[in-house]
Amino acid sequence: MTDQTSQALNKIRICDFTGQLAGAGATKILAAFGAEVIRVEDPVQRGKWDILRGVPPWVGDARGLEAGGAFNNHNAGKLGVTLNLRDARAKELLRELVAVSDAVTENFAAGVMDRLGFGYEDLRQIREDIVYVSNNGFGATGPYTAFKSWGPIAQAVSGLTYTSGLPDLPPAGWGYSFMDHTGGYYMATAVLMALLHRRRTGEGQWVDLACIEAAGTLNGVATLEATVNQRPMRRQGMPNSNRSQSPRMAPHGIWPTKGHDNWIAIAVRDDQEWKVLSEIIGETWSGEDRWAHLETRLDDEDELEDLLRTWTVNQNRQELAQELVDAGVPAAPVLKPQERIESDPRTSELWVTVDHTEVGQSKVEGLPVRMSETPWSVTRGAACLGEHNQYVFGELLGLGNAEIETLTEEGVI
Amino acid sequence: MTATSPTSVLSGYRVIELASERCALAGKLMADMGAEVIVVEPPEGCKTRSWEPFADDVADLENSLHWWHYNTSKKSVALDLETDSGARQFRSLIMTADVVIEAEPLGRLEALALGWEQFGELNSQLIWTSITHHGRDGSDPPATDLTLLAEGGPAWSCGYDDHEIPPVRGGGNQAFHTACHYAVPSILAALMWREDSGKGQLIDVSLLNSSNATTEFATLWWLNGERQVERQTGRHALPTMTEWTQIQCADGRWFNTGVPPRNKREFQALRSWIEELDLTDECSAYEILKLGDQFERIGLLELDEDPLAGEVFQAGRDAIEFLGQHLKAYDLFVGLQQRGMACGIVYSPDEMIVDPHFVERGFPEEVFYESRNATHIHPGAPYRFSKTPWSTIRAPRLGEHQALLEDLA
Repeated sequence: MTDQTSQALNKIRICDFTGQLAGAGATKILAAFGAEVIRVEDPVQRGKWDILRGVPPWVGDARGLEAGGAFNNHNAGKLGVTLNLRDARAKELLRELVAVSDAVTENFAAGVMDRLGFGYEDLRQIREDIVYVSNNGFGATGPYTAFKSWGPIAQAVSGLTYTSGLPDLPPAGWGYSFMDHTGGYYMATAVLMALLHRRRTGEGQWVDLACIEAAGTLNGVATLEATVNQRPMRRQGMPNSNRSQSPRMAPHGIWPTKGHDNWIAIAVRDDQEWKVLSEIIGETWSGEDRWAHLETRLDDEDELEDLLRTWTVNQNRQELAQELVDAGVPAAPVLKPQERIESDPRTSELWVTVDHTEVGQSKVEGLPVRMSETPWSVTRGAACLGEHNQYVFGELLGLGNAEIETLTEEGVI
Repeated sequence: MTATSPTSVLSGYRVIELASERCALAGKLMADMGAEVIVVEPPEGCKTRSWEPFADDVADLENSLHWWHYNTSKKSVALDLETDSGARQFRSLIMTADVVIEAEPLGRLEALALGWEQFGELNSQLIWTSITHHGRDGSDPPATDLTLLAEGGPAWSCGYDDHEIPPVRGGGNQAFHTACHYAVPSILAALMWREDSGKGQLIDVSLLNSSNATTEFATLWWLNGERQVERQTGRHALPTMTEWTQIQCADGRWFNTGVPPRNKREFQALRSWIEELDLTDECSAYEILKLGDQFERIGLLELDEDPLAGEVFQAGRDAIEFLGQHLKAYDLFVGLQQRGMACGIVYSPDEMIVDPHFVERGFPEEVFYESRNATHIHPGAPYRFSKTPWSTIRAPRLGEHQALLEDLA
């Protein structure tokens, strides 16, 4: 019961406990590649362990448990079942589901699956070659195992927040949960690597993904500056992430242009590109010899940036970016959400329309990838709470209608 | 392909990567998990070899820390694709490959008759991965990490409450990373499918769309309600301005206060910590915290309907700010987390890697450099596999594995 046949993962079934973006974002990718992802939710909490279920932004005019836009986006293409794991009968059903699944995925706090009786060793008893991928902030071992995390915390502890900012100001950080997206990418990668290994050797395994460690790999050059050259990042003038330290470029930054909150990014990679930019600026200062060479531009970078700012502030960001790009200089307006989603034809295939059983059609994010033989597909919105109980417990696990009805009435599913 | 080793996920797969800062991470992620990744450089070396910083600040093709980080566990061959012999050797190499990863300027390889169009039919099992600005059929504007994050969406959400200050590029070349983060699972899915079908395919990853798919609420609020998020210092960009979540501690370090205390247990924990520190007289929030005993949980409903709930909620935030004025960021981090409250110290990347938790988990990776007779610490594995661990060896010297080409001939 996947979106479409003939996809890369159409023989794969995932028993999925993930939620939020860090986990759900991973299994969304697997579903788009054709895996049958069966998301397990708690009927007692009405699936609200996932804090994105039933909260704004809303899909259209709909409101309520099924109308959360973020939830719909992150869970598109998956199936949904309910299991009240406080009940022994639900645990038995979960054992049966695991037995017919290739992988189990979750992003609970560390230890939750063990307490439920479904830690890796338990899962292996059910299916020896199961792939199990857990994803949380600090990982399954170590002194901070019990510490809690979410995107902004993972970003703070890993160094991502610190490395995003301007000198003499607090960290700007990432204005969103970049590491929930990226933790999801690493989780999808981990599931696929483990499945590929199993496909080739028959061997399952457990992957312990600590989101903060994944984040800690994303500033490798700055880390090596400290470990190899003993030059810590915490030093005068740093960080300045609108400048470029590796490679050195100048000018390199984001400058104001005409209009409200309008900005342009410009990156001058070499002296030739500076010559092009200086001629487009066409002012006395820009033609001065002192700016002709990278070394002197770097020496007086503050001054150069001030001069540039006095010029850009009277420019139109779209027109200037186009002029610079046409002349071979990297430049782009800082696009606002509406501009990049509605007005940039280069992104149009990313936004796809899905059908949600209760709230109807809506737009969600697809994948920024084309695959010639096994294209991804996202056509169905997030599943309603327990929407696929009949298919999973009936068709897949063989329960009769009467039994499903009883289990529903007694709050087991 | 060589025989599959049980100890490494991707062993037996040969990946040819055309050296570029745009796709280097994709190759690294595969190499550190056991694939044989051969990075093809021009005779003068990949341009990133000349990028600062250099080890010991000595400029040298073998000293770039950028090269060191992004090319661990790879092999290097130097080839001039513009010459007949170079092109011939490249063809031989591609015929032995399972996967190609490239981010060349559009049309360059086709003009040399060395692109997917040439190899797709000759090697039907080949998985060819192009990382392009916005698709192989698009244009190829001059672009860097900065301009991609600007037009791709992330920069709009990053910055400060004061909108006179420019939007900020998140550090670390994340536009390139994000495209690689989509490339690798796509390649793995294609390898899975090839196991059954025997067929390769073409994968086309858009740098621009990768960033567009990685902006969380900026996109979600537009797609669902057409509301524009506004950037805010150190916290989520949202359609409305929210309260601070970042404070400066007694040692000057910044701290993310995370999820504010909301329930009786948390208010009690804050109170008793302030008592333990003997700071009750100095803490103006202390008395109000006592009223927190009345609240099992303060949710949006309580904040809306009960003025006292609002006061207690604010006292919880004030108490954390107060503690920050008296404690080092690390002590506040560990102390609050041990009391069940989610929060985080703002580390620099090099501080994170020496934190005792990550050290105990083995995150810092020791990499040996025989020419220096030294071991240097690299960031380690993003995930730990119980059966097939990550492993890292130093990045290759230019043309270090040239002998591979002789084997092909």
